Amino acid sequence: MNQPLLQVDGLKLAYGQIIALHEVSFEVAKGEIVTLIGANGAGKSSTLRAVSRLLPPLAGTIVFDGHDLTKLAPHELIGLGIAHVPEGRGIFGNLTVRENLLLATFQRNDWDGINADIERVFSLFPRLRERIEQSSTTLSGGEQQMLAVGRALMMRAKLLLLDEPSMGLAPILVKEIFRIIVELNKQGATVLLVEQNANMALKISQRAYVLENGRIVKTGSAADLRQSPDIRKAYLGDD
Amino acid sequence: MPMNGYYGFYHDNLTRRGRLMIQQALNALQLGSIYALIALGYSMVYGVLRLINFAHGDIFMVGSYIALYFAVKLNLGAPLTVLATMAAAAFLGVLIERIAYRPLRSAPRVSAVITALGVGIFLETFTLAVVGPQPQAFPELLPKIIYKFDGIRTSSTQLTIILLSFVLMVALDQFVQRTRTGMAMRALSWDLHLVSLMGVDIDRIVSITFALGTSLAAVAGIFVGLAYPVIDPYMGIMVGWKAFIAAVVGGIGSVRGAMAGGYILGAIEILAVANLPSTYRDMIAFAILLFILLVKPSGFFGSPVSKKV
Repeated sequence: MNQPLLQVDGLKLAYGQIIALHEVSFEVAKGEIVTLIGANGAGKSSTLRAVSRLLPPLAGTIVFDGHDLTKLAPHELIGLGIAHVPEGRGIFGNLTVRENLLLATFQRNDWDGINADIERVFSLFPRLRERIEQSSTTLSGGEQQMLAVGRALMMRAKLLLLDEPSMGLAPILVKEIFRIIVELNKQGATVLLVEQNANMALKISQRAYVLENGRIVKTGSAADLRQSPDIRKAYLGDD
Repeated sequence: MPMNGYYGFYHDNLTRRGRLMIQQALNALQLGSIYALIALGYSMVYGVLRLINFAHGDIFMVGSYIALYFAVKLNLGAPLTVLATMAAAAFLGVLIERIAYRPLRSAPRVSAVITALGVGIFLETFTLAVVGPQPQAFPELLPKIIYKFDGIRTSSTQLTIILLSFVLMVALDQFVQRTRTGMAMRALSWDLHLVSLMGVDIDRIVSITFALGTSLAAVAGIFVGLAYPVIDPYMGIMVGWKAFIAAVVGGIGSVRGAMAGGYILGAIEILAVANLPSTYRDMIAFAILLFILLVKPSGFFGSPVSKKV
């Protein structure tokens, strides 16, 4: 493997007295799609939130591209090229579609580039173009997810942290969202994916880590994990 | 009564009423502008932090004294006095947020509200200690010209207050609607934590919000000094409450709501004073607050409280 783009070591995190993550260590190489799978409450979202600095870890190091993320504030991560699409999509419902996209360019001032990127988002998601001046609460769940991914594009992210992008979407939209994740990956974005839809996630990933009760219990290539009987039984719905 | 015929009397009466209405509209616009300028600060701070900044009325009062100092002691002249007062008040607002409110950002809201009350009392007593309890005359920053048209009386001061307030509010509205900083302010009112994922430094946006709110309150402080040319260290209490009512009436958290609420409250007060004993004025304002809280707690322009998807 190349020098990892993101390296997490010994991450420990708690909500009050409740320990959410014990010694979580993993890495993501440049150009990869890596999935964290696990049941509800296993610590997947907490891991992403720790990486994007929304939650302060008790211990552990998080290094991205040579930078120690634990020394940075959440808003400084954008400058390094990290975009976090949070669980529930994190759309600002009191802003329009256009304003949501523009807000994601808060640290940019290259207006030619910004306008070009807005066009790029609309060519990926034509339905957003029709709704550009609408309040984003009027969007369907799928459209909101498109907007959330579109915002990540506006940030010109090198590393995408995607938290349950398929949640609450109709199967056809789930396919569409996964197709776009692969497309973004081909265009150069590295992806760290958290998914309960382990089947789809493993299909598009190179590698995966399995989280149970705040610990990584298994790791391997996505292809191997899909064949593993334990994984099939626990996460892929086999009896 | 002159020996008028019926029609003449009727005609005179109508124009008298017409003139009275225009006169009252001008007075209502002046008072409403002042309420609106202060209400904006309550509303914007509530929008981003869910904090009722009860020190805001006292910042308005301090703004008056700062302007007095710049105008009389430093002899700055009207435009510079206004700009320097806005800058000083903005600095004060940013400082208060930094020292008193930021450490309590994740504390229960009731702690922050008590702190805000404390900050307000500190500002009153500090001003009292510095300038003493005697009301002071506020200088005429502009040459005061009285205009009379057909029985309607207005002045350069009144017209300046109405027009400058309008210009400032339109500018603020455009800032909030069109700039990315304004979008960030609105996004903060939707979800405080997610905004940082967009690369926005939340602390900076909160500081800008305080700076805007306090500088507008200071302008209102200048206007009150010009219109009712006496200021005292406790002038911020009642006006602050009224502006808070205006913010609630309009829908606290909403910029346009605060503006509308200010004008609505100004109009109601002027009507009350014109038609009822003047002692009813404050009672009516607070009765409106209670009524709005009862029947439409989100105000005329506010969004319902539940907003999480």
